[in-house]
Amino acid sequence: MALQDICNFQSVFEDRLTTEYPAVPHGKKIASSYVSGLPFSNNKSLFHFYIPVAEYLDESPIQFGQISTVQNCSAVSSEDPFLTSSSLPTCLPFASSQSVPLPFPMAHGTTTLAFMFQGGVMAAADTRSSCSGLVACPASQKILPIHSHLVGLTSGTSADCALWKRILARELRLYQLRHGRRLSTSGAAKLLSHMLHPFKGTELCVAATLCGWDGGETGPGSRGETTKNQMTELFYVCSDGTRLRGMLFSVGSGSPYAYSILDQGVHWGLSVDEAKSIAREAVYRATYRDAYSGNCVDMYHITSKGWTRRNREDLKEEYYREKERRKHEKTERRDVTFSD
Amino acid sequence: MEYLIGIQGPDFVLVAADNVAASSIIQMKHDYDKMFKLSEKILLLCVGEAGDTVQFAEYIQKNVQLYKMRNGYELSPAAAANFTRKNLADYLRSRTPYHVNLLLAGYDDTDGPGLYYMDYLSSLAKAPFAAHGYGAYLTLSILDRYYRPDLSRDEAVDLLKKCAEELNKRFILNLPSFTVRLIDKEGIHDLEKLTLGAK
Repeated sequence: MALQDICNFQSVFEDRLTTEYPAVPHGKKIASSYVSGLPFSNNKSLFHFYIPVAEYLDESPIQFGQISTVQNCSAVSSEDPFLTSSSLPTCLPFASSQSVPLPFPMAHGTTTLAFMFQGGVMAAADTRSSCSGLVACPASQKILPIHSHLVGLTSGTSADCALWKRILARELRLYQLRHGRRLSTSGAAKLLSHMLHPFKGTELCVAATLCGWDGGETGPGSRGETTKNQMTELFYVCSDGTRLRGMLFSVGSGSPYAYSILDQGVHWGLSVDEAKSIAREAVYRATYRDAYSGNCVDMYHITSKGWTRRNREDLKEEYYREKERRKHEKTERRDVTFSD
Repeated sequence: MEYLIGIQGPDFVLVAADNVAASSIIQMKHDYDKMFKLSEKILLLCVGEAGDTVQFAEYIQKNVQLYKMRNGYELSPAAAANFTRKNLADYLRSRTPYHVNLLLAGYDDTDGPGLYYMDYLSSLAKAPFAAHGYGAYLTLSILDRYYRPDLSRDEAVDLLKKCAEELNKRFILNLPSFTVRLIDKEGIHDLEKLTLGAK
């Protein structure tokens, strides 16, 4: 029996809607069951969760002098936004939200990377949260554990990423309670991708890399060794709808710099220490060149036993160490040439 | 950026798609498969805007499979193509149009092989050969010049190789490898991946 059935979640929810908003025209809900937002499913499934309907996004409390251009859109029934044939030719698509001037320009600066190797998955990210030219937080956490064997790296708008990570964590936990087993990383990525799809075209920006280890629970039928079901998985999910499975991903403004370092050294046979050092090197080089990445580096290592976190390391030290090394090498070379 | 090509023979259809999944200037994946198997003898090749491709193609794929489950027999390629076009057209003037360009290739036991070209404005045309993407500008004239309705399988693969070589020579973007599949009365066959070295 699902948790929501035990605590009568759905009926409580519906009561609140009908009593608190009696003046709302039929069809406009503040929130809707996710299933009704999809073009192809009207059947009731166990898959109910609360996401704000996009019309709600148009009525932003932040009114900085712009004129709302989507008043007529709110009258459209939210129950089947995809199935209604367009009877409102003046109704603008979600892109109208882009005409709302934001209070400050958002920037999506970060460097996150993750790769698979024989020892599991190595994930690393910087810790700088930037807001156009300003460092809003030098010690933010971009790698968020979702459960014991799944870790998500976030890039994009920090608030969006934090919210959607929590929503994903909640949905995975509900799945585990309902079905008695953990959802695979592939399923989690698909779930996140489908949850983000209704917001395509809006300002929502989430580019997440999910690193996980899928394992079947050892039952009476399985042998002790690693079966095909037990493996590390790495998925990249973006709010524009991309969902890719791969061996190596780097996301963010610093990702090209990180890619060039990783492409040189990453291969399947790396040892754990080598993997750690190349991940650290890649983030360090990206923070060196990219203005929007910097401060410290976080590293997580995911194996069959779960994730382990390495202590946060300040890259400033590494920068000074390298400067010392270069200076030392230069004096050495000069001495060598003099002695010749 | 992305490239699809299809060539119809007397009793087969040969299709190929590039393998690059890109995000702005970065190639995120080098081995991405852009073909979706709708049924035992129908393939849908889908390129276009990032999330739309997979969402739309999987929607069509699941609906075609649902039809088979409900009715006990599979949709023919012509019916599947028209179904796809209808869906594209319905979503075109909604708030969420799908920006996807498609090639649908299939083998019908009664009608034989068929290749259908669809674009994001939901036009549909049955064609002997077709291509999508910027690469189409470079390769359609090669197809015009060398295509014959009675091509053998090897000749069709050679024609495909000619197109790929031209892309390698003149196309500004790097498309290093292509997935190639062939559909005939036996079903869908995976052919060897077409990889081109540096020029």
